[in-house]
Amino acid sequence: MTTGAAEGRRDFLLGAGKPIMKRNRELAMIIELGHFALILALMVAMVQATLPLWGAHRRDARLMALAGPAALVQLALVATSFGVLTWAFVASDFSLAVVVANSHTAKPLLYKITGVWGNHEGSLLLWVLILALYGAAVAVFGGNLPASLRARALAVQGMIGVAFMLFLLLTSNPFWRLATPPLDGRDLNPLLQDPGLAFHPPFLYLGYVGLSVAYSFAVAALMEGRVDAAWGRWVRPWTLAAWIFLTIGIGLGSWWAYYELGWGGFWFWDPVENSSFMPWLLAVALLHSAVVVEKRESLKAWTILLSIIAFGFSMIGTFIVRSGVITSVHAFANDPERGVFILMILGVFTGGALVLFALRAGTMEAKGVFALASRESALVANNVLLAVSAFVVFIGTIWPLIAELLLDRSLSVGAPFFNAAFTPFVVVLAMILPPGAMLAWKRGNLGRSFRALVPALILSLSLGALGFAMQTGQTALGPLGLALGAWVVFGALTDIWARTGREGFGARAGRLFRLPRADWGKAAAHGGLGITIFAVSAMTAWKIEDIRVVQLGETFPLGGFEVRLDTVDEVDGPNYRSTMAQMTVTRNGALVSVLFPEKRIYPVAGMPTTEAAIYYGFLRDVYLVLGDRQQSGGWAVRSYIEPFANWLWGGLLLMALGGGLSLSDRRYRVAAGAQKSMVGVPAE
Amino acid sequence: MRILLLVLMLAASPALAVLPDEMLADPVLEARAREISREIRCPVCKGESIDDSNAPISRNLRLLIRERLVAGDSDSEVVDYIVDRFGEFVLFNPRPEGSTLILWLAGPVLLLAGIGVAVAAQRRRRQPEAKLSDAEEARLREILSE
Repeated sequence: MTTGAAEGRRDFLLGAGKPIMKRNRELAMIIELGHFALILALMVAMVQATLPLWGAHRRDARLMALAGPAALVQLALVATSFGVLTWAFVASDFSLAVVVANSHTAKPLLYKITGVWGNHEGSLLLWVLILALYGAAVAVFGGNLPASLRARALAVQGMIGVAFMLFLLLTSNPFWRLATPPLDGRDLNPLLQDPGLAFHPPFLYLGYVGLSVAYSFAVAALMEGRVDAAWGRWVRPWTLAAWIFLTIGIGLGSWWAYYELGWGGFWFWDPVENSSFMPWLLAVALLHSAVVVEKRESLKAWTILLSIIAFGFSMIGTFIVRSGVITSVHAFANDPERGVFILMILGVFTGGALVLFALRAGTMEAKGVFALASRESALVANNVLLAVSAFVVFIGTIWPLIAELLLDRSLSVGAPFFNAAFTPFVVVLAMILPPGAMLAWKRGNLGRSFRALVPALILSLSLGALGFAMQTGQTALGPLGLALGAWVVFGALTDIWARTGREGFGARAGRLFRLPRADWGKAAAHGGLGITIFAVSAMTAWKIEDIRVVQLGETFPLGGFEVRLDTVDEVDGPNYRSTMAQMTVTRNGALVSVLFPEKRIYPVAGMPTTEAAIYYGFLRDVYLVLGDRQQSGGWAVRSYIEPFANWLWGGLLLMALGGGLSLSDRRYRVAAGAQKSMVGVPAE
Repeated sequence: MRILLLVLMLAASPALAVLPDEMLADPVLEARAREISREIRCPVCKGESIDDSNAPISRNLRLLIRERLVAGDSDSEVVDYIVDRFGEFVLFNPRPEGSTLILWLAGPVLLLAGIGVAVAAQRRRRQPEAKLSDAEEARLREILSE
């Protein structure tokens, strides 16, 4: 199968030991092995999707017990397939079409590996791998689940696997071969040859696909016809894990956009960004509503519905990105066949689950009643705001499509719309967060929550006023964002302090560190949100931009700094040529940093990129971009002061850390607890 | 999903979209020009504003905006001028008129609906707290004794 031009390279890679023909056959075998493993995985997933379901229906323990091993075997097979594809990239096997289109022998090893998912086919294989990983994890960690729920959840997980593996094999097969392999590849898009972006997709997928577990549990519970506190306790850790990964994935993508695209922006409301943001918002909602199910056995039907919708939005995201139907700056795959296939998957899984929901929702009567002023009500408000904000992002993202198809209007929806239509929800959410988080379950005392928060309120308002006094411009956004962010942060601190009781300071401080990790997780995640809110408004309101032509040796002022253009040189990289400037940043004459902004040309991909040079500071970043040489002599230079940029990444990280703390809470680690709560909970 | 992915060919180059030679000497006018051009979509690019775009047409539009501003147009007159020639496609902030009202009102309407559903569910949920009627008490005893 592999003949012709690639032979020489293969000889080089493997050394001469065996007759050439035999070696080629072996190489061909490895690729076919990966292909075959994927087909086998599909078969296993079909078994996983059907027999345990039948077993659960018939109460046949042997059939139900098939689900676990099937999930593990499916993972092993998909992992084999993924390993083979990775090997093909590392060894530059140009008999594979994806390798030719996305790799090059001169590419650094790291990007050969990350190139595996830097393309449509490979990224979908990663999707399927992570799906199999979650399925196997449910099989391994789900020992304490009721047998029928476990079998059904794994079967649903198997169905999703079947659908996406069919999609992979029928429309996007990464093991597609070329009859005459070329000598070298076309290289990976240079913008993707970057460490920040290299690990962005795996994290994002771990988040996206992780929501499939909540979906599977929801559908399984609908089949079982019962949802109880234990169900909430099983679903929440999976949602939490998915949300943590999604947060990190979005953060990495945002950071990458910040330093790589050269605009100094961090969020563009691009359809592809939006399609990762919608599941994130819904995952946040789900995290909070699952708490109500777990603690109060209320909001059950809503939580089930939310699980279905959240994963539905993961699939919508897959559809938007993979089909290219909504043209965005990111869109590159414009293939209607694939789009229709994903749309069908989306329709079957979301539609099917919703029908099941409509039939069974009536069986999930709420147990816990609660007053208007209660933690439950606050969480309902949280869920309404998050769900509606996700919907606003959704309708803004698809509106151009609707307008064109149904209304025959060609229009655009961009950042100004989203800023205006989305932000109010976040503002309201942040305002009600601190008192809501402190209300007692069932029947709270709004007055008491507010009284406890008076210091936090005064502190944050003063900070806002201070910000207003100190800023040079006259925007309201910066000070308001500061006050709002501080309100959330101090609210989180007040909340955790209130958890320590009412004794003396010493006793309370001591108790602080014995609080359950879930309490710390809540405080960290809420604090991280406050910091993120502040950083976003600070970066939007107080950013300084400067565009000018700079002569060699010339110094120009930039927001309290002085920047000098020292030299501009031509430099060779491993697979690119660079025009690199040396620029010295000083403050009142004292050296701050020497930065090297670049413009690169990747000859194989035929693409220029801009590499901004950034001095990362605690309070502000100095961000320099080199432009073209001017006819008048000198160079175009664009520079930014990005205030509190690091606080944005820090805030996101703190949110993810909070999720991790909550995930490591004792109640999720002690399986016995879950088992105990199962016993004696009657079917509803 | 991958925000990443093959990220745009276009994205890399436009780092210096607004060139120094286009900028107006008057900082107030220039700031207004930037403000406007951030909300105007480049007609030939994929989802970029003319402020970010490197395409020649974007440069022409940026120069046009500055020309109109220097000529004394208000911000909205400049935008109208561009929309008259390029259609509403170039507006990143669709005007809330006609069918586009649906887009703008969808969020608030759904919010009200959400609040309505939540309040209704809350009412419903509180009902079990109400005292049972005598007939219900009797039925309850009947069930419990079964």
